[in-house]
Amino acid sequence: MADTAVHTAAGHDDHHDDHHGGHYTSTGLSNNKLAMWLFLGSECLLFGGLISTYMLYRGRHTSNLGPDQVWDIPFTSASSFVLLMSSLTMVLAVTAAKRHDDRTTNVWLSITAILGSLFVAGQVYEFTTFYREGLGFTTSLFSSSFYTLTGFHGVHVTVGVILLLSVVGMIIRNRIPGDKAEVVELVGLYWHFVDIVWILIFTLVYLIPA
Amino acid sequence: MSTETENATTDDEIDFREADDHVDHWTDLQFVYLAIGLAIVTAIEVALSYMVDDLGALFLPLLLILMLIKFFSVVFYFMHLKFDNRWFSILFYMGLVLAVGVYIAALLTFQFFSA
Repeated sequence: MADTAVHTAAGHDDHHDDHHGGHYTSTGLSNNKLAMWLFLGSECLLFGGLISTYMLYRGRHTSNLGPDQVWDIPFTSASSFVLLMSSLTMVLAVTAAKRHDDRTTNVWLSITAILGSLFVAGQVYEFTTFYREGLGFTTSLFSSSFYTLTGFHGVHVTVGVILLLSVVGMIIRNRIPGDKAEVVELVGLYWHFVDIVWILIFTLVYLIPA
Repeated sequence: MSTETENATTDDEIDFREADDHVDHWTDLQFVYLAIGLAIVTAIEVALSYMVDDLGALFLPLLLILMLIKFFSVVFYFMHLKFDNRWFSILFYMGLVLAVGVYIAALLTFQFFSA
């Protein structure tokens, strides 16, 4: 019986090593993936608080520097489109990684990083424009909550770009221990999360008139 | 006895195996179609934002429905949560429900004190 138990556990381990690159776990699931989903769940709380704060303070501004006066909807829509398309390139990178096609994986990861960088550049341009128009971080409660919310999101995108480029470098140098597909998938989950947060911000912050 | 142990292990693994099989059924082209759909929904959202006066009370619900369609399309298909093990869903939705709870609680608190 002891032999059978060892054999079964080993079989289980083999199965996961073959298909998922993880180790045997009591849940039968990848601990890395569980941790990532738990982290994303906690990130929901962070952005939930920031979005709540913005929604409460969006009306607290000086008469000529409110959301309806400073927003540039066509520009922000283009940025949103760029981030949305980066989710597509990310998912294509994940499917390529599952096919063990390193070259294609790296191409899609690099394109995702470029699109992410483009989004961050757009945000920097937007912030600079607002600042020149007189909307500083401490100008009003509206501006503080807006810069905090979108700034935190921008930092998340920047971290995502760094993660993407790191994975590209690690794949090229063959430095990823275990299953590459799972690593790419984990970075992908983080990237898609950044995208869904922007989906909420774009509608709640930019499209709904104050 | 050994058969029982093996069967138990196999049963435990069923969710995980079936979940990944579904993911493999999605082709790159299907993901491209979904992304095009999401881009079209975004375009509709932007168009609606220019028709606030025309739509009146319909504006906000329409915009929120479109936002939720985009949100859950990415979560279900790009993040493949729909096909993955339910434990991942539980962990994610736990945070999401708490976040929505925080928003509602904050809104109600401010409403209470301002009144």
